[in-house]
Amino acid sequence: MELTDTPQEAAFRAELRAWLADVLPKLPPKPDPNDWPGRRAYDCGWQRMLYDAGYAGLQWPEDAGGRGATPIEHLIYLEETEAAGAPYVGAGFVGLLHAGPTIAAEGTPEQRRRWLHPILRGDEVWCQGFSEPDAGSDLASLRTRAVRDGDEYVISGSKIWTSHAEAADWCELLVRTDPEAKKHRGITWLAMPMDAPGVTVRPLRTLAGSTEFAEVFLDEVRVPVENRLGEENDGWRVSMVTLSFERGTAFAGEVVACRRTLRELAAAARANGRWDDPVLRRRLGRLSGEFGALWRLVQWNVSQGAPGPGGSVFKLRYSQARQELYEAAAAVLGPDALDWDQEWTADRLSSLSYTIAAGTTQIQLGIIAERILGLPKGR
Amino acid sequence: MSDVDFRLTDDQRALRQGMRELLDGRFGREALRAAADADGLDRELWRELGEAGLFTLRVPEADGGVGLGLPEAVLVFEEAGRALVPGPLVATHLAGARAEPGSVVTAVWEEGGLVDHLADADYVLAGDGLLPAEPVRAAAEPVRSVDPLTPLHRSAGTAGPRAVHEAALLTAALQLGTAGWAMDAAVAYAKEREQFGRPIGSFQAVQHLCARLLVRAEPARAAVYAAAVTGDPGEIAAAKLLADEAAVAGMRDCLQVHGGMGFTWEADVHLHLKRAWLRAEQWQRAGVAEEELAAAL
Repeated sequence: MELTDTPQEAAFRAELRAWLADVLPKLPPKPDPNDWPGRRAYDCGWQRMLYDAGYAGLQWPEDAGGRGATPIEHLIYLEETEAAGAPYVGAGFVGLLHAGPTIAAEGTPEQRRRWLHPILRGDEVWCQGFSEPDAGSDLASLRTRAVRDGDEYVISGSKIWTSHAEAADWCELLVRTDPEAKKHRGITWLAMPMDAPGVTVRPLRTLAGSTEFAEVFLDEVRVPVENRLGEENDGWRVSMVTLSFERGTAFAGEVVACRRTLRELAAAARANGRWDDPVLRRRLGRLSGEFGALWRLVQWNVSQGAPGPGGSVFKLRYSQARQELYEAAAAVLGPDALDWDQEWTADRLSSLSYTIAAGTTQIQLGIIAERILGLPKGR
Repeated sequence: MSDVDFRLTDDQRALRQGMRELLDGRFGREALRAAADADGLDRELWRELGEAGLFTLRVPEADGGVGLGLPEAVLVFEEAGRALVPGPLVATHLAGARAEPGSVVTAVWEEGGLVDHLADADYVLAGDGLLPAEPVRAAAEPVRSVDPLTPLHRSAGTAGPRAVHEAALLTAALQLGTAGWAMDAAVAYAKEREQFGRPIGSFQAVQHLCARLLVRAEPARAAVYAAAVTGDPGEIAAAKLLADEAAVAGMRDCLQVHGGMGFTWEADVHLHLKRAWLRAEQWQRAGVAEEELAAAL
């Protein structure tokens, strides 16, 4: 058991820290959350800066254009960018963290050439068309239909909870190509251009007030067969190649951010006098222990190798802790927590999605019970 | 190879395995139940644990110890916690080579507070020193202990010991062992016990109870192991908080999964729960750990 940087890791950290100190002051001001063209430009601009400096696709394999960094270097990246207040991956999330790695793992040489480089450079934005109104946690029951017509698929149906749909150029889409097969079988993965005729995006307004995601309606959209990743009807497996990543280290940077928020909450409570309340003080103390342990758990999971079921434990615990953090923020603010323009109100609202998005708490508990603990299949 | 690495070395694995095998052979279920009915500590077992290095693990080899560090100590204490070994393990370990081999060393939890295993003790840790147990015993009153395996006295006038952080970490390691036992016992029972014609572990409500056991135990394990590597007081406070919760809430859920059987004296569940309660009150209670973490914010 060791918890200090190797000389190589220390050098990576120092180089990154120096670069961040140099470039972050040159960033443009952050766009309004509802200004989608502005958000796209900002996020892609940041990605281009990373690309030019050699940090794009940090943990992607080198033959896919990435840096081939170790998981620990990836954690150092998340730690340092967060500490420096660098932008999040934002609109690049699906391309860099899911569609890209999936294409790198399953794509033909032509597909890798066509799609990977623009993701890394911040030239093209991807969104994810997986969930449907009647296929949420039970994703494999999806019904959006694709019928083969010569060299094309003709697609009709609808998708929901599609983040960044308004900014995206491409959609990694799961469609049903064989309605007769068992539900996990007849699914195919396609790359769909978002400007294809028949694609309609209807933004969904969340309880946090912004339009973080959208419904996507597909009416006889034509997609060339060459946009298919893997074999027809093998899309479930293709999409799962990297899905566990979402539950692994994807939130690691946010743990660092939560620890900073906690220090800000303590400062605010000291300033407004609520720090004198031992119940509130101890609540913040416990959260500090919790987030410290969550960071160690990330390191633990990474040191055990590939992201796997251990990510479910982290995801569950982190999503709960994040909600508790912003409940504590409300306790620090008191009645001012009802003022939408107070610093932590928007984050308190968005934290409500954490126990739902990327696998609800109840689904995660079931995964842990059956796949890790080996309990009999649930009812 | 990276230095941020929670993987155990081969030596660490062997050490843990050795302690597990020793305890399996020497302190299995029958021995545990016999200890619960017996008066006083099994001094023979105590000597064997000492010979296996449990109390001198961190004493330098030049002074007759094993010369290992906190990470190794945490691994063997986790095993002792899982086996529910009775006795003042942490205080005797802290005394190290200062007490002669085979000695039982206890500690007053705080001035005027409880003290465990005082009738069996040869020494009591107080301040930076080691006191003979007899005068402390003479001034103390026996208390009817909730934990059948941990006799208690209420002390008078003796100061608590220093080195609280290390003790809190080793106590957290014992709690981690209990959290692991809770999970294994709950899962095994949920697989075996049938109602409505199927194992109760196939019901989501029971599955979620079991899954929560792991969700509490794994972050606690990361916290305890990390604190053992860094020795940082804040990380130790977090480790004690999380491990106490993993053990106490874990045993409560384990009891719930066992249903009516869990409420009986005959099942071992209550022995583990009561010890988890006891350890949560030792060395660094939740309120103290939380205040320490808050002060550092």
